Amino acid sequence: MDVNVVDVRHVSRRFGGHVALDDVSFSVAKGEILGVIGRSGAGKSSLLRCLGALDRPDAGQILIEGQDITTLPQAGLVALRRRIGFVFQHFNLLSSRTVAGNISLPLEIAGVPRADRPQRIAELLALVGLSAHGDKWPAQLSGGQKQRVGIARALANDPALLLCDEATSALDPETTTAILDLLAEINRELGLTIILITHEMDVIRRIATHLVVLDQGHIVENAPTLAIMGAATQSAVTEALLSETQPQVPPALRARLVAEPAPDGWAIIRIRLAGEAAWQPMLSLLGQQYGVEATVLQGGTTEIAGQPFADQIVSVTGYCAEIHDFLTQFDPSLKVLGHVPADH
Amino acid sequence: MSRLIIDLIARATWETTIMVACSGLLAVLGGLPLALLMVAMRRGGLMPCPPAARLLGLVVDILRAIPFIILLVILIPVTRMIVGTSLGTAAAIVPLSLAAIPYFARIAEVSLRAVDPNLVDAVRTMGGTRWMIVRHVLIPEALPGLVAGLTVTLITLTGASAMAGAVGAGGLGDLAIRYGYQRFNTQVMSLVVVVLIVFVAIIQAAGNALSNHLRHD
Ligand SMILES: Nc1ncnc2c1ncn2[C@@H]1O[C@H](COP(=O)(O)OP(=O)(O)O)[C@@H](O)[C@H]1O
Ligand SMILES: [Mg+2]
Repeated sequence: MDVNVVDVRHVSRRFGGHVALDDVSFSVAKGEILGVIGRSGAGKSSLLRCLGALDRPDAGQILIEGQDITTLPQAGLVALRRRIGFVFQHFNLLSSRTVAGNISLPLEIAGVPRADRPQRIAELLALVGLSAHGDKWPAQLSGGQKQRVGIARALANDPALLLCDEATSALDPETTTAILDLLAEINRELGLTIILITHEMDVIRRIATHLVVLDQGHIVENAPTLAIMGAATQSAVTEALLSETQPQVPPALRARLVAEPAPDGWAIIRIRLAGEAAWQPMLSLLGQQYGVEATVLQGGTTEIAGQPFADQIVSVTGYCAEIHDFLTQFDPSLKVLGHVPADH
Repeated sequence: MSRLIIDLIARATWETTIMVACSGLLAVLGGLPLALLMVAMRRGGLMPCPPAARLLGLVVDILRAIPFIILLVILIPVTRMIVGTSLGTAAAIVPLSLAAIPYFARIAEVSLRAVDPNLVDAVRTMGGTRWMIVRHVLIPEALPGLVAGLTVTLITLTGASAMAGAVGAGGLGDLAIRYGYQRFNTQVMSLVVVVLIVFVAIIQAAGNALSNHLRHD
């Protein structure tokens, strides 16, 4: 079956004279985790509201499981929304209902018989690790626990698509990790397609298999995450967003960088390696073959979308054309950031 | 204290309770739907229609602006039509309710407006209809505030029911006026005042307790 879960075709959304989304097109296949990133005001929430059928775009089509939601009548929309789970930045739990009551609500709305609800609620509580907390009130939970309830509630009716709007932005780093792990696990085990919106590159790096970069309502990048991270050149917007989580030349060293190689100095280079190449002992080989010293100043090897990915700032002594050629065999996108003259 | 006085006060207390309870109930039955309509018809509401919301607000405010004593008098023909007489406890319920409905509507509107619109969005994303949003979000989330508003309404009604004594409504206010003001019986008047204070204190305490019991945040 090659029907995409989501097909966005030439979607535009205006607020008065302001264009929030301008001719946006992309698609999401089943089981993907698409990260949508952009600065504040880029149009991320506007896009998500259109995808969740809360707002209608002014132009274009949005197909969810092949069905155009922009032309659906009200009754169809109500049914369609039950195929989409929504997770919110500020959880949006009802304070008038217990944890179990909050999870029960989408079931009640979908008309699940009263007798069938407790079992489904128990399954969902177990899935998000809150089995012992069903009778608590939301106010008694921590932020991370509230978001788990939010996720359980979003999954209640077995949605085809999970939309997360800054789902971890209100959480501390540790809790963010736990929630991202939970989303990744749900994606793996239920094969659920997820679109998550964030302004934090770190969130994307950790779980998004695909990435859309939005800027002022335009898509500036749309590719697998690893491809974008490892690409030789990126758009300025992507570069700026990436720089948050990428290794940087230490400021003290940056001040000393010059453009021309200096005798007895070092070159400062940036190396990015995706996939298996990331594990190769490239710098040791370099030392053995050319008798130069290579030192990692910043960065290391992490995982992006389940693949190893190395991103490092390295200093190399005696940098020359041969060494450059040697290194670009491994990393064609290698960048020489500058040279540091030896201090005499 | 004479048996007679105790009987008088007990009867008057019962009449006041009936007047306040019945008009309080009607205030909720009439005022809550009005408040929901005013909230729903606002811009960005469940069924936006700002001109209608403004018109409804105006009608509510006009009713609230009429002094209760005047409402009592101009409603006499209406009361006669509904109750058959314009005298007595049952008759007083008509003007009391009509004053309490817009009063409670405005108080309820404030509580309903304070419900986080993101919760409404959350239930819309689940495929909730407008009625489900009213039933599962607006009313339950506003309930502690609605109960607090009803408490204020009941206490205001207690005061107003005393004024209804002027048209022979009966109740504690009527007793205070007849014995205290017209016959200078300070003993009865003071007793009535004490009973009224206890009456109001009980409503307030019960209202606070219920409102707190319903509040989970
Ligand atoms: N309801 C609205 N009315 C008017 N302008 C809006 C509305 N919602 C969003 N916008 C505008 O659209 C642009 C995109 O907003 P949004 O989608 O919320 O961005 P993001 O979520 O990426 O921060 C912003 O310039 C914002 O001011
Ligand atoms: Mg946003």
